[in-house]
Amino acid sequence: MPGNAVLTQTNEQRESLDSVVVRFAGDSGDGIQLTGGRFTDETAVAGNDLVTFPDFPAEIRAPIGTTYGVSAFQIQFGSNVVKTSGDSPDVLVCMNPAALKVNLEDLKVGGVIISDIGTFNDKNIEKAGFAENPLEGSFLDAYRRIDIDISKLTLESVKDSGVNKRDGQRCKNMWTLGLVSWMYDRDIEPTVQWLESKFKNLPEIAKANISALKAGHAFGETAELPAALPVFTVGSAEFKPGEYRTVTGTEALAWGLTVGSNLANLKLLLASYPITPASSLLHVLSGLKEYNVSTFQAEDEIAAVCAAIGASYGGAMGITSSSGPGVALKTEALGLAIAAELPLILVNSQRAGPSTGMPTKTEQSDLYLAVYGRNADAPLVVLAPQSSADCFDIGVSAVKIATQFMTPVMVLSDTYLVNAAEPWLLPDVNEIEPFPVSFRTDPEGFQPFLRDPKTGARPWVKPGTPGLMHRIGGLERASESGNVSYDPANHQNMTDARREKVQGISNFLPKQEIDSGANKGKVVVVGWGSTYGPISQAVGRAINQGHAVSHIHLRNIWPLPSNLGELFSGFEKVLVPELNAGQLLTVLRAEYLVNANGLNKVAGQPFRVSEIESAIISMVEEKNE
Amino acid sequence: MNNTATATEFTAQDFTSDQEIRWCPGCGDYAIVKGVRKALAEIGTPPEKVAFVSGIGCAARFPYYMSTYGFHTIHGRAPTFATGLKLANPELDVWVVGGDGDMLSIGGNHTFHVMRRNVDVNLLLFNNEIYGLTKGQYSPTSEEGTKSPSTPFGSVDHPVSPVSFALGVGGRFVARAYDIGQKTLPEVLKRAHSHKGASFVEILQNCHVYNDGTFEEVRDKGSINNQLICSHGEPLIYGKDRDRGIILNREKLALETVILGQNGIEEKDILIHDEKNYNLAVMLGDLRPPNGPMAFGVIYADPTESYDSAVIAQENELKKKAGEPDLNNLLRRGHTWMVE
Ligand code: SF4
Repeated sequence: MPGNAVLTQTNEQRESLDSVVVRFAGDSGDGIQLTGGRFTDETAVAGNDLVTFPDFPAEIRAPIGTTYGVSAFQIQFGSNVVKTSGDSPDVLVCMNPAALKVNLEDLKVGGVIISDIGTFNDKNIEKAGFAENPLEGSFLDAYRRIDIDISKLTLESVKDSGVNKRDGQRCKNMWTLGLVSWMYDRDIEPTVQWLESKFKNLPEIAKANISALKAGHAFGETAELPAALPVFTVGSAEFKPGEYRTVTGTEALAWGLTVGSNLANLKLLLASYPITPASSLLHVLSGLKEYNVSTFQAEDEIAAVCAAIGASYGGAMGITSSSGPGVALKTEALGLAIAAELPLILVNSQRAGPSTGMPTKTEQSDLYLAVYGRNADAPLVVLAPQSSADCFDIGVSAVKIATQFMTPVMVLSDTYLVNAAEPWLLPDVNEIEPFPVSFRTDPEGFQPFLRDPKTGARPWVKPGTPGLMHRIGGLERASESGNVSYDPANHQNMTDARREKVQGISNFLPKQEIDSGANKGKVVVVGWGSTYGPISQAVGRAINQGHAVSHIHLRNIWPLPSNLGELFSGFEKVLVPELNAGQLLTVLRAEYLVNANGLNKVAGQPFRVSEIESAIISMVEEKNE
Repeated sequence: MNNTATATEFTAQDFTSDQEIRWCPGCGDYAIVKGVRKALAEIGTPPEKVAFVSGIGCAARFPYYMSTYGFHTIHGRAPTFATGLKLANPELDVWVVGGDGDMLSIGGNHTFHVMRRNVDVNLLLFNNEIYGLTKGQYSPTSEEGTKSPSTPFGSVDHPVSPVSFALGVGGRFVARAYDIGQKTLPEVLKRAHSHKGASFVEILQNCHVYNDGTFEEVRDKGSINNQLICSHGEPLIYGKDRDRGIILNREKLALETVILGQNGIEEKDILIHDEKNYNLAVMLGDLRPPNGPMAFGVIYADPTESYDSAVIAQENELKKKAGEPDLNNLLRRGHTWMVE
């Protein structure tokens, strides 16, 4: 594998580890996310498996040095399969006292703290809410401390690059990246190249950043510090052969929707209104015009969904994207798409709520909204990607389902998936079976609501087609002709037909599989969405301890997989961990009358593996009443 | 909108669907549907290349009565569906139909933005100054003091003039017609169709049941002395005897009505209608008895590039530069690495 060839001279002293969790933390202006992103790329190149968790502050530019302005980026990487960004960091990099204050409680006892002591002045210490300097006295005795005046060393390193003091200070993140890269034996050359291209038109800035990066790296090498600076080697993970990249959920979903639309032979039109954390999908798709992608930034959430429906009516793949509060605004229009039976994809990047809630924090609390949240009996399809890379497959499937069944599809992503990155074995698009849409053009026997007997879908007609002019709308439509109808029996039939069409989709989808564990046992843990990593790891640990536990992870939330009830019958108990107050739990109990219990967390943070593990163990050990 | 007419000749019947009309007998909408069908026949775009999109309300039933493509959507949002439709299917002639409640109350924001963006659709606002379908509540265009089920003691809020609104939000084609004015209406509609970009037509419509006679002075028999039909390049003269005219009072910077032959006023003193003159359009749009006649016809028309054509031009430019798209390349943008 490329990337590991450098810095072998110090490898003898390197401590060998299976996996490491590093968290970078600092002010939102410190470039923490960028540092994390670069470290992720270096780590991927070095052949480790990895998962990242960028944690953004609520404020774009909070006052400097405050705890609410702290931005963090966590990465777990290892030589085995890595499924989560890690429960608690082994190494915490603090660019200021506030970062230490906010993140210390998560750090492992005995973990390493690297602090930029240049920022630990009285003012910043007070702003962070420390009574006295935490670096003095015994406050941090439980940890391995590395105190470095990164601010000063950075300024020294950029002396010759011709930048002013302010721009020089801003290279602190690169100095830190250099040091951490050295600690983990990472090649910094790709970052050097990356900086050169990023600051192509600002050669001084490029030079300063590169100097700082190299100085941080050299600082480790020359070990100006005593033996305190720990160095590690994390061996390469076993990857299936092939071409890889790192990908965030947003990128994978944008590409999945684009590939899906191309395989359906349709123009993709994304109509969206900016909202955290969903806007990044609009940004990515806006740059893909050459792939037959159009984007429309609408005047509001309602306009966005309606324009997407208008586009589908016109014969394109209409897509809209938002987060909880925006999705709430779109519900009336979803009802119309259900009634008019038009394809539509709504990507809901869930965030902590209700109302504005915590826009930058993750949660899975829109499952009710997705499955039930509309006036009247209004079923649609709900899909949930389980990892960043899985967003690609979900994107492709969403297009296929929406167009083949003439139905809206809601994709439940979340803040975590939007931002988190992982390595992805790149598929060959040419190996995915295309599913071109065949628009109805034949006037012979045409009826706008005459259903395909197999799928229950009505024909899709592109306006402009001669001989097929017809009117559709939100007033109840007579089955077949689509003319306005208030006939009681017709309404019953149409309501049944809409429900059966959506339910029937489960017959066309793959059967639910057990992700890990046997198909019989004491406890089955049922999860959905972004909690895949921690659940999978927790179940793995329980299995290793000899417990009869299995993991089912649902990607099809509605309709539920046709064999799910059957799978439940193999287990005594069902545990449903969710980042909400128990929404899938209610659905499963209602649908299967199953004895399920929830493990629920709404802290704006992903699950820790240990939280799920202990819930499993206590359920396993529980006596049956 | 413009779409080159084909050689085929159409009649109003070719644009008539088989659905029985469900408006109240005597409703002004009957006259409008007749005028629209006539205009479409004269425009000559084949019915399959025409789509009507509507929101909710009496007016919004319109698409069901046309033998074109039609989409009866949700309250107030018709302009947004039309925008998506036009972006997906730019060859279509797209017409949006709604009432005053639909397009100026619940959907005011969308009416605003579709015009600001200048999407190439034709917006027909049937203004009857009342909510008909919900049984007679006052609307955002109802005169102050309107007694209705929700304002039994008279409304106290100020109405908006659709034409002034359209001009204020950047509309590049703004016109006014009235339901039974079967001479002006088809002509205005044809002009709206040939205008590239958002075309806005206010159509005064009598709600026979809930607001009968609200436009009596400007619409009904004997109102000719209150009807100023604007035509580009012609003097703003009106009246049964064509003896009334509009002049500019330079001191007040306002329009004034005069009688030709009185106080030495001659035809040369009368303002010439210039449909590209925005300020004149704003002043004409404001006129209404008792402060003057009501302006009909094309009040303002000053075309500029439409949103959809600008979007398509940009996309085509990018597609040309990028060459043949390769989906595998898309996934391999940026940094990738091989595992052996
Ligand atoms: S209520 Fe008024 S506007 Fe509606 S159909 Fe009857 S007359 Fe026409």
